[in-house]
Amino acid sequence: MSLKYSSVTKKIVMSLAGLFLTSFLVVHLLINLLILFDPTRELFNEAAHFMATNPLIQTFQYVLFFGFILHIIFGLVLQIQNWMARPVRYEKKGSSEQSYFSKFMIHTGAIVFIFLIIHFANFFVKAKFGHVEALTYPSGATYEDLGMLVVNLFQDGAYVIFYVVAILLLGFHLDHGFQSAFQSLGLNHSRYTPFIKLFGTLFSVAITLGFISIPLVIYFS
Amino acid sequence: MDLTLKIWRQASAEGKGKFVNYQVQNISADASFLEMLDILNERLVVEGEDPVAFDHDCREGICGACSIYINGRPHGPDRGITTCQMHMRNFKDGETIVIEPWRAKPFPVIKDLMVDRSAFDAIIQAGGYVSVSTGGVPDANAIPIPKRKADEAMDAAACIGCGACVAACKNASAMLFVSAKVSQFALLPQGRLEARERVQKMVAKMDELGFGNCTNTYACEAECPKEISVSHIARMNREFLGAKLLSEK
Ligand code: FES
Repeated sequence: MSLKYSSVTKKIVMSLAGLFLTSFLVVHLLINLLILFDPTRELFNEAAHFMATNPLIQTFQYVLFFGFILHIIFGLVLQIQNWMARPVRYEKKGSSEQSYFSKFMIHTGAIVFIFLIIHFANFFVKAKFGHVEALTYPSGATYEDLGMLVVNLFQDGAYVIFYVVAILLLGFHLDHGFQSAFQSLGLNHSRYTPFIKLFGTLFSVAITLGFISIPLVIYFS
Repeated sequence: MDLTLKIWRQASAEGKGKFVNYQVQNISADASFLEMLDILNERLVVEGEDPVAFDHDCREGICGACSIYINGRPHGPDRGITTCQMHMRNFKDGETIVIEPWRAKPFPVIKDLMVDRSAFDAIIQAGGYVSVSTGGVPDANAIPIPKRKADEAMDAAACIGCGACVAACKNASAMLFVSAKVSQFALLPQGRLEARERVQKMVAKMDELGFGNCTNTYACEAECPKEISVSHIARMNREFLGAKLLSEK
């Protein structure tokens, strides 16, 4: 289906979907971080409860899912076309790329995708269809203790390593993707582009450190 | 200096092709890269061998014919320069230089280092022009154009269509070339009239010919002998988006 769209249209779809997914990462990270700031896990569980029950967010879940599908399918189509555009490879490979991680978008993307599936099975499916112990807090509120699920998973050293590596790769993916999205949308300006690039890199570092800090703190405490 | 040249030899478009090693001795550091290949070819002719075929024409950096991929870089080491302007002082004595043709599906090899770049002509034919009706010669200053715009259009028009952007791009994308041509017209009032159709037609042609998609690696800008900026790619994306959203049909 995406074959009939022009290369530029595909890139525009990629960037819009990518930026949208990035905004989702921010929300996700902010909620996750709650677990570090509240040992009783009440804040986190409350937020998770809100996300799982709020009708607006529930509807938004489908939009998010659609965003993922678009980004993945278009990314694959673009990559396959790009491989086909050079049937005979160079003997001496070039390395003139000025955006370093642009070389590895398909690789970092693929690993993040695998991570996503495992992550989905570990949390989303369990939270939605499995049984999670409920906890009543002194405040009187009762929430499913999803925070415990997180804490338990992060006791496993191998899982923590996998998680950290996947997030690092996600960071690399973001570092190229963020500024690339603006370029694809035609938003390039001698005054603002250097700022977008710098912001993208700082943003990627912040997101990466944010996500990575959670398993590390839980594992080592 | 003495050098080992590892050159791609391919007898014809249908031929299989392989790398062949040649030794060249006593090459002056002041010789240009093409002169060095001339020296090799003269020897090959004397020895009764087939000389290495490569494209060249002006040898002064303005025609874009000399398209050679040298040690992993289009037009070799050194920035902002074509192969014919690149000198042997960029190499070390005893070095092995890997010499390949441009590699891209729309640029098939004709012979050795020569590729067929008519795909670029086809893109230009699709819309890279301004239609003018005949008539008297218009006054050069009748249409006021801000200096900044004129300069930017001129920077885009500096593209010599050599194809280094395609050769350098890991996706064999022609976006820098096409965007330079789109920009050069889009920036000027004479080009605005057909801007919407132009960008759509040229992008469609580029895709049809089998060039890859741009992933913003910016390798093209780094290797362009005319140092054309990727900001033109952004302008083309803008033009394209605008044309798609606003065109009447
Ligand atoms: S031969 Fe004309 S640019 Fe090199």
